[in-house]
Amino acid sequence: MGAVTSLALGPTAGTRLGRINPVAQLGAIGVVTLVLLTSLDVVTPAVVVAAELCLLPAAGLSSPWDLWRRTWPLLLGASSVGLVNVLLSADAGVITGVGLGLRVVGLALPGVLLVATTDPVRLADALTLHWRMSTRFAFGALAALRLVPLLIGEFESVRLARRARGVEAGRNPVARARLLGGIVFALLVSAVRRGSRLATAMDARGFDSGIPRSNARGSRLHRRDAAFVAGTVAVCVAAVTSSVLTGAWHPVFVG
Amino acid sequence: MAEQAVRPSSVDAVEPGRPGVRWRTVDIVVAAVLGVAFGVVFWAWNLVFGVLAAPLDFFPPLSAILNGVYLMPGVVAALLVRKPGAAVFASTLAAAVSLLLGSPYGLVIVVYGMVQGLGGELGFLLTRYRHFGWATAVLAGVTAGLSTSILDLSLYYPVSQEYPFWAFTLPYTVFTVISSVLLAGVLGLLLVRALARTGALSSFAAGRTRV
Amino acid sequence: MTGVDLVVEPGERVLLTGASGAGKSTLLAALAGILDAEGAEVAGELTVDGGDPRAARGRLGLLAQDPDSQLVMTRAGDDVAFGLENAGLPAADIWPRVDEALAAVGFPHGRDRPTQALSGGEKQRLVLAGVLARRPGLLLLDEPTAQLDPPGAALVRAAVARVTADRSATTIVVDHDAGPWLPLVDRVVEVVPGGLVEHGPDWHPAARTAGLRLPPAVDGPVLLTAEAAGFTYRGSATPALPATTAVLRSGRTLAVTGPNGAGKSTLALLLAGLRAPTTGRIAAARDLAAGVRREHREPHRWRAGELVSRIGTVFQHPEQQFLTGRLRDELALGPLRSGEHATAARATAEELLERLGLTAFADANPYTLSGGQQRRLSVATALATAPQVLVLDEPTFGQDAATWRELVTLLAEQRSRGCAIAVVTHDADLVEVLADDRLPLAMTTGERASQRVPASEERNEPGAEPWAL
Repeated sequence: MGAVTSLALGPTAGTRLGRINPVAQLGAIGVVTLVLLTSLDVVTPAVVVAAELCLLPAAGLSSPWDLWRRTWPLLLGASSVGLVNVLLSADAGVITGVGLGLRVVGLALPGVLLVATTDPVRLADALTLHWRMSTRFAFGALAALRLVPLLIGEFESVRLARRARGVEAGRNPVARARLLGGIVFALLVSAVRRGSRLATAMDARGFDSGIPRSNARGSRLHRRDAAFVAGTVAVCVAAVTSSVLTGAWHPVFVG
Repeated sequence: MAEQAVRPSSVDAVEPGRPGVRWRTVDIVVAAVLGVAFGVVFWAWNLVFGVLAAPLDFFPPLSAILNGVYLMPGVVAALLVRKPGAAVFASTLAAAVSLLLGSPYGLVIVVYGMVQGLGGELGFLLTRYRHFGWATAVLAGVTAGLSTSILDLSLYYPVSQEYPFWAFTLPYTVFTVISSVLLAGVLGLLLVRALARTGALSSFAAGRTRV
Repeated sequence: MTGVDLVVEPGERVLLTGASGAGKSTLLAALAGILDAEGAEVAGELTVDGGDPRAARGRLGLLAQDPDSQLVMTRAGDDVAFGLENAGLPAADIWPRVDEALAAVGFPHGRDRPTQALSGGEKQRLVLAGVLARRPGLLLLDEPTAQLDPPGAALVRAAVARVTADRSATTIVVDHDAGPWLPLVDRVVEVVPGGLVEHGPDWHPAARTAGLRLPPAVDGPVLLTAEAAGFTYRGSATPALPATTAVLRSGRTLAVTGPNGAGKSTLALLLAGLRAPTTGRIAAARDLAAGVRREHREPHRWRAGELVSRIGTVFQHPEQQFLTGRLRDELALGPLRSGEHATAARATAEELLERLGLTAFADANPYTLSGGQQRRLSVATALATAPQVLVLDEPTFGQDAATWRELVTLLAEQRSRGCAIAVVTHDADLVEVLADDRLPLAMTTGERASQRVPASEERNEPGAEPWAL
C-alpha cells in the first residue's frame, strides 16, 4: 500500500519545492508530459528523469526508505513496461526498453513530487483562486480526499475481521480476488456513509449557503513560480537538444 | 455506530422520481468519494495492465478488453448521483488522483478522464437523465467505450499501415465497447444496487427506488 | 415520531434524552433544518426564531458523533476557518475569530497542527471550535461524546460547559446517556414512545446496572495465555504493545483496561489469533487447540476455519465484520466456515435470530440495522460457532441502557457455560459487573507484566498463581 499511504494526504513539512505554488507545479507537469509523450528515445527521458531526481532533496525525499515507500509501484511499473517491450516486441532492443521504462518514471515522478510537497488544501486554494475552479467542487473533492487515510487504516481492520469470521483466501488466486473485492466493497460502503455525514457537517457550517466563499489563506504567485516553470522548459529543451545531437531523437507527433 | 440521523440538505424543490439539477453538497462529496476510490483503482490497474496485456499480445487490439476499468467511475457516479456532470466530475477526479499517486501517462490521463466522463455522460444525456436502469447503464457503457476508443485511436493508433482499419481500429473499438459495457455498465449498476441495499445511499434517489 | 410539543427559550440549555431509536435525533435533525426533503414526511409546525428552520440554518451550529466525518481541512486552524470562509468573511477578520474559538474550547495545539495527529477528544473540540467560530444562535449537540474514551468525553463536556456558560446561545444536547450532562443543563426532556416527558431538577436516570442479575462465573482450566507477548509495527521504534502477560480461563472474564494508546486493542488482536506477536508468544491450551491440524502452533497460524470455531472475536465497529447481504446468512457463515453442515448452520442461525429478537429482520441487510442491533448481531456472529474463547473490543461503546443490559447478560451466559472472555473496555460499569480478572495497561515503554487483580467476590483470596507478578 506504499503509494496509497503516500496519498495519506496531510500537511507537508516545509520543503523548498513546497514553496512553489501548486499551479506552477501543475504547469511544469504539463510541459514534461507534453515533451515525454512525444518522444520515443532513451536520451530525452534520461535527461528529464535526471533533472527530476535532482529535485528529490528539495522535496524532502532524501531518506532512501521514504523514497522507496513513495516510488516502489512506479519503479515496478516502469521495469515491467521496459521488460515487456524488450521480451515481447520483436523489433525492440534493450535500449528501447530502457527508454520506455525511463519515460514512465519521467511521467510519473512529478505527481509523486507534487504529493510529497503540497498540502491538498493549498492545491484547492490555488486551483480555485488562480484557475477559477468551482469552490464547491474543489473543496468537496478535498473533503473526499481526506477520507483516504481513514480508509487505509480501516483496510487492515476489515481484513482481520474477515479472518476472525473464518474467511481467508490461502493461496487460491480466485479466492484472493474475491476476498479483496469484499474488503474493497466494505470500504466503499464506509466511505459513502462517511461522505454523506461529512456533507451534512459541511452544510451545517454553511458550505451550501450560496454566499460567495472567501479564502483565509490566499494563494500568491511569486517570481520563483515563473522561474520554476521556465526552468522546466529549459530542462526539456536541453533534453530534446541533446537527443537530437546524439542522433537518438525519435519524435511521435500526436494528434 | 448509530444511524445517520441528520441527513444532508436539499434546498431545491424536487419532483418525485426526478432529482433536481442543482448539486447538493452530499452529491458533490459522494461523487468525489467515488472519484477518489476509482483513482486508487486506476493506479493499481496501471500497475498490472502491462502484465495482463502481455499474454494478449498475439492479437494487439485484444488488450482493449482491459480498458473497461477506466470507464467505471463516470458511469457509476452518474448512476448513483443522477445529476448532469456527475460522470465528468468523478471520472476527471479519478484520473487526477491516479496522476497524484504516480501515473505512467502523466497529465494526459486527466484529459482522458474528462473525455471518458463525457462519453459516459452522453449515455445519460440521451435518456435525458430520467432513467437509470439496465438500458441506460448499457447505453452509457457503449458511449463511454466509444469515447475512449476515439481518443486512443487518434492519439496513439491512427489508421495507417501499422494500424489498419479492419485488423486494428475496428476490433480495438469493439473490444473496448464490450469491456466498457460489461465493467462500467453491468458491473457498475450491480455495484450501485449493492450499495443501495446496504442503506448507504439513503440520501440519494438511487438508494430509495425499489429494485 | 408523532405528536411532539416542545418550546425552548433563548439561552436555555436543554438535554434531550431517551432510548436509541425513540426519535431524539430525528427531532434534532428537524431543528437543524437539514432534514432531507426527499426522504421525510413532516406534519405540524416547527419554528426556529419564529420561522422555518431552513431559513435559520446560518444561525445554527451542529456537533455530531463522529469527529472524522466532520473535519474537512488538513490543519486545525484551516478547519475552524472553513465555516467562516463559507460565510464570506474577509481573511483579515477570520484569523482572530479562529484563535478566539480555539482558545474557548481549550484546544491544546497551534493552528498548524495536522488534524490527523489529534486524538478523538481533541478532534471533537476542534469541530466544536469550528461551530462556535460562526457564532451560532442555537447550538445542537448530537451525542458528541459517544465515540470518545472517558477522558476525551470529559474534556469535550468541559469545553461545552465553558462555551455555554454565558447563555449567548441556546443549547440542545441529545444523548441517551443523561448522567454526565445533568450539571451542564437547565432542563431535561425525555423522549418516550408517544411523546415527551419533562424531568425536574433532581431527576437522575436509573443506573443501568440496577437490578441486573447475572449468572455467576465458573472456575475452569486455562485456555489461552499471552506469555510476555508484545507487538511492534514494522518501521516503528516504539512497541504498540510492550511485553504483556495475560491468562484466559474457562468460565471467567478478563477485563483489559487503560488509556488509549496503551495497546489494549493490539493485545486483543494477539489473543484473537489475528496478529502474530513480535515478542513472546500466545499459547493455546490443549483443550482449546484440540482438533487443529497442527495443534502445537500458535493461534495466529491456525487456519481461519479452525480459528472461528475456537476463538470468537467482536471488533469495535460491527459493520467492519459484515460479509453477507442478509442477517440469516451472516449468522450461518461462521458455522459453515468451521465445517458444519448447511442444515445445522441454518438451524443455528435461526436459533440465534430468535434469541436476539431479530427474526423479523432475518432477510434484512446487516448494514441497515440500527447501531444497537448491529452490535448485538456482531456478538451473535461470534457466538454462532460456540467458541471456547471470546475476545471483544469495546462491546458496549455508545450503546443505550437497554442494549447494554442485553449485551452484558449475553456475555455472562457465555461465561457460565464455560467460555473464557477477554474484553477490552473503557466502560467502568462493565468492568464492575462482569470482570473476574483485570489487566490494567499503562502507557509505558519498558517491559511490563500483568497483574491479576481479583474481582470483588474473591478480593480477599491471595493471588497464588505464579504469573501474578
